[in-house]
Amino acid sequence: MTAIDPSLNRRGRTGFWAATGIVAEREIMTRLRSKSFVISTAIMLALILAGVIFSSIGPELFDSESRVATVSSLTATVEALDGVVVDTLSGADAVRQAVQDGTVDAGVLPGEGPSGLLVVGDREAPSALIQLLSITPEVQLLDPNAPDPMLTYFIGIAFGIVFFSSAITFGQTIAQSVVEEKQSRIVEIMLAAVPARAILAGKVVGNSVLAFGQIVLIAAVVLLGGAITGSQLLLDGLGMPITWFVVLFTIGFVMLAALYAAAAALVSRAEDLGTATSPLMMLIMIPYVLVIVFNNNPLALQIMSYVPFSAPVAVPMRVYLQTQAWWEPLLSLAILVASTVLIIGFAARVYERSLLKTGAMVKWKDALKA
Amino acid sequence: MLSIHAINRSFKGHQALKDVSFEVRDGLMTGFVGANGAGKTTAMRIILGVLSPDSGEVRVDGRPITAEDRAQFGYMPEERGLYPKMKVHEQLVYLARLHGMTAASAAARADALLEQLGLGERRGDTLESLSLGNQQRAQIAAALVHEPTALVLDEPFSGLDPMAVEVTLDVLRDVARAGAPVLFSSHQLDVVERLCDSLVILAHGEVRAAGTREEIRAAHARPEWVLETEDAGFVRGIPGIEVLEFDGGHVRFAADSVEAADRVLRDAIERGTVRSFAPSIRPLNEIFQEVVR
Repeated sequence: MTAIDPSLNRRGRTGFWAATGIVAEREIMTRLRSKSFVISTAIMLALILAGVIFSSIGPELFDSESRVATVSSLTATVEALDGVVVDTLSGADAVRQAVQDGTVDAGVLPGEGPSGLLVVGDREAPSALIQLLSITPEVQLLDPNAPDPMLTYFIGIAFGIVFFSSAITFGQTIAQSVVEEKQSRIVEIMLAAVPARAILAGKVVGNSVLAFGQIVLIAAVVLLGGAITGSQLLLDGLGMPITWFVVLFTIGFVMLAALYAAAAALVSRAEDLGTATSPLMMLIMIPYVLVIVFNNNPLALQIMSYVPFSAPVAVPMRVYLQTQAWWEPLLSLAILVASTVLIIGFAARVYERSLLKTGAMVKWKDALKA
Repeated sequence: MLSIHAINRSFKGHQALKDVSFEVRDGLMTGFVGANGAGKTTAMRIILGVLSPDSGEVRVDGRPITAEDRAQFGYMPEERGLYPKMKVHEQLVYLARLHGMTAASAAARADALLEQLGLGERRGDTLESLSLGNQQRAQIAAALVHEPTALVLDEPFSGLDPMAVEVTLDVLRDVARAGAPVLFSSHQLDVVERLCDSLVILAHGEVRAAGTREEIRAAHARPEWVLETEDAGFVRGIPGIEVLEFDGGHVRFAADSVEAADRVLRDAIERGTVRSFAPSIRPLNEIFQEVVR
C-alpha cells in the first residue's frame, strides 16, 4: 500500500487560500471542541443576559409602596398621594406607636406649622413622603432626552469590558497557537508545504471568525434581553452603537490578531509569551481605561474615535451620545481598515522572519531587519 | 533525482555550509553523516526550502526545484513535533491536506499508514498520551502521509527501540523501492552503514566524502587484503606492497595494484597452503574518522 501511485502525486501545491482555509478550520474546530471554551462562553452569555434583565426589572423589585399611618381627618389628603398605602388609625398616639413598632413606614398628623401637617418618622425623616406632601416649584427641562451620565458611564464600561476581554481572550489564543507550532517544530513541516503567510492568514481568519461569533452572540443576547424586558434604552438607544461596535471590533480584532501572531513568533517557548505580548496588552488596556475616564469628555472621545486601537470603543460611545456627524464613524472605519492593512503587512514580515529563529526572544527590530 | 549544487550559507558570520554539493539518487537510501553541528540540519532545511541558501541551488531531475516539488516531499525535522493535544489521525489528515491531498484520500492514507506502523489502535488518542516511541512512529507517519515523491528525514532513528527501527526501515525501503530518493541523517555511523545504499559525509560545513560504500572506500583507502598461510614473511619482499599488520602466518597488506596483490597469492600458493586470501573491508567508521579530521 505504500507503493506510490504516480497519479496522486501529480497534484500541485496547495493554493494560498486553500491552505488558509485548512489552517483556519483547524483553529476554529480546536476551539469549538474545547470544553472549557464552550462552557466559559455559555456562562458568560448567561451572565450577560441575567445582567441585562436584572438591570431593567431589578429596580422595580425594590420599589415597594410605603405604608403611611394617619388619622381619619387626613385620610383623604394622604390617599391622594402616589405609591402610598394608607392606614387610618384612631388617634395621634396610635399613629406614633405604629411608626415606632415599624408596622408603618411613616405617619401623618395634623400639625401646627404653616403646612398644617406633621410628618412622623422613626429614625430618619421620610424624605420621599415629605417631598410628596411639599409644594414643588415649576421645572423646565431644556434637554429632557440627554443621556444620563451614570448610564453613559456604565455603557462605556460595558463596551470597554467586552472589547478588552474578547480581544485578550482570542489574542492569547492565537499567540498560544503560534508558539505551540514553533515550540513543537511542526511549523517546519508546514513551511515545507505552504507559505508562512498562508499559515498566518489562516490563524488570523480562524480566530477573527471566533471573536466575531462571540461578539455577535453577546450583542444578540443583549438585544434579546432588551426585547424580553421591553427596554427602550437597549432597543432604540443602543441598537446602532452595538452594530458599530460589532463592525469595528471585528476589523480591529483582525489587526490585533495579526500583531499577537507576530509577537508570539518572536519567542520559542510558551513561558516567554507573557513578555512578548505585554506591549499588546497595554494597547488593548488603553482604550478600556480611557473610555471609563473620559466617557463624558466629547473631545477625548473624538480623538479616541480616530485612533485605530480605541475606535471600536470610542465610536459606539459617540454614536450613543450622538455627539458626531454622520460621516465620522465612516471616517473612523476607513482609518481602522487602512491601519489594519498596514499592520497585517508589518506583522506578516515579522512572523515570516521569526518563525524559524529559536532560542532567546527575537527583537522586533531584528525581526524586520534580518 | 535530487541534487544539491554549490550551496553556501552563513549565520551571523559563521559559515555553516561551504560549497556543498551532493546527489540523492532515485530509489536509493542515502545516509547523511556528520558530527553534531556539521551542517546536516541546515542542508536539509535548505532542501525543503524552509531556509534559503546564500548561494547555490537545489535541483530536481536537473532543473531548479520549485515550491510544487517541495510540497510533494516528506520531511521530518530534527526536533520532533506534532500538536501535542491533537488526535494522531486528525493531525495526519491535517498535514496531508496542507500538502494538497483531499480530506477523503488523506483519511484513508492515514489509516493505512497507522496500521502499517502499528499505531492503528491509537489513532484516536492525542499525541501527548502516546509513549515516546509511538510518538516517533507518528512523526514518521506525518512525513509519509501525503505519499511523498522524496523523503528528507533528520535523525529518523534516534529514540527508536530496535523493533521500531525495523518497522520504520521497512516503510522507508518501500518508499525508496517505489523510486523516490530518500535522504536521512544520522550521527550513528554503524546504523547508516547497515541501512544505506549511498552516503554523504559532512564535516565543518563541507562534504568530505560522497557516494556508495564501495565508491567511498575506493576513493579514501587503498585496497587491502588479508592472507592466512604458514609463513607470510615473504610478502614484505614483493614490490608495490605495504604490509600493515603481520603475525607469523597472518598478514594484512595494501597493494598499489590488483596485479601486485595477485602476485602475493601466486607466491603464497607456490610456497605452501593458503588457508585464506580475501580483500579486507575497512570499516567505514575508520574512513569517517579520517575524512572528518
